Amino acid sequence: MIAAVLSLTLLGAVLGLILGVAARKFAVATDPLIGAIEALMPGSNCGQCGMPGCAGAARAIAAREAAVTCCPPGGKGLAAALAAKLGITLDLTAVIDEGPKLAEVREEICIGCCRCLKVCPTDAIVGAAKQIHNVIREACTGCGNCVERCPTEAVTMKPVPVTLQHWVWPKPSLAPACGAVAELD
Amino acid sequence: MAKATDTTMTEYLVLLISTALVNNVVLVRFLGLCPFMGVSKRVDSALGMGLATGFVIVLAAAVSWILEHWLLAPLGLGYLRIMSFILVIAAVVQFTELVVRKMAPDLYQMLGIYLPLIATNCAVLGLPLINVQEKHSFVTTVVYDFGSALGFTLALVMFAGLRERLARAAVPAAFNGAPIAFVLASLMSLAFMGFSGLNFK
Repeated sequence: MIAAVLSLTLLGAVLGLILGVAARKFAVATDPLIGAIEALMPGSNCGQCGMPGCAGAARAIAAREAAVTCCPPGGKGLAAALAAKLGITLDLTAVIDEGPKLAEVREEICIGCCRCLKVCPTDAIVGAAKQIHNVIREACTGCGNCVERCPTEAVTMKPVPVTLQHWVWPKPSLAPACGAVAELD
Repeated sequence: MAKATDTTMTEYLVLLISTALVNNVVLVRFLGLCPFMGVSKRVDSALGMGLATGFVIVLAAAVSWILEHWLLAPLGLGYLRIMSFILVIAAVVQFTELVVRKMAPDLYQMLGIYLPLIATNCAVLGLPLINVQEKHSFVTTVVYDFGSALGFTLALVMFAGLRERLARAAVPAAFNGAPIAFVLASLMSLAFMGFSGLNFK
């Protein structure tokens, strides 16, 4: 028993040591900017930007090959954050951002064809053949792939419904007389 | 003396050919089918995968042999064999991943998820276990596994070449994609069965 425990411990320790040394020796210097950008991205790999996942998009943005506005699910917030990260001045008025939206299935016209389930990158749609489908809101990333796929237009993008769990006090509207506005301008 | 070396050399050569062709690890033993199907769409990535897997096979088998004969057998820990072999394989795969990432970033991109998946390749675990079962010596182990790695690479590259041609062929819709690849694999397997007629004696 003790021999088994000791030998496995020894084995693990030796292999761990070798791997640790190898990781130092073969370390690849990656651009820290790419990692930082990837951390900002939604991470759902929906592919709406036309690049292979969020990691690919982060590489393209870091190399200035893609615009910071290329991520539809990220919206205005992400574009602003990326512009700040890269030190770009960006005119955000052109970016249409209607706030986060989630997919919703209109149950009265869903025919249960299962096509939307197959294109969902996060498996957020539940359903089976000839059964009405539904969206798990916690898993939906709002990529909108399912909207185009639905043959009956039963899937639509709806603004995130306000529930008790995530309702926040709305920001006070900025009055022109307020001192803070002068600073913002 | 010279004659004795000669006979052992011939033996090892026969062993090499018989593991690479007659007992081909993929097409005759049906081990390691995951990368065989997964990374066989392009010849260059298939070659890279074959070499990476071959490296892991030989290294893991050599380390497993040392482990079996110096640690597990003397202490009577045969029941820990699979567990400790998998530990060694996982470490070797991790090491290979580090090296490939440093030395060949393009290959690293191309192999993607299949590179860490070498750890779960049944050929990599199967060969050390066969070595233990057949009580191979250390040199036999290395030759046996080198032959198997060679056979694996050969099968993978040949299959990838055929699949590259297949991509341009008119395949009936029902067979398109994976089904025709499996049909092709079984035909290749049948062809490799022909090597069992090789007689070295």
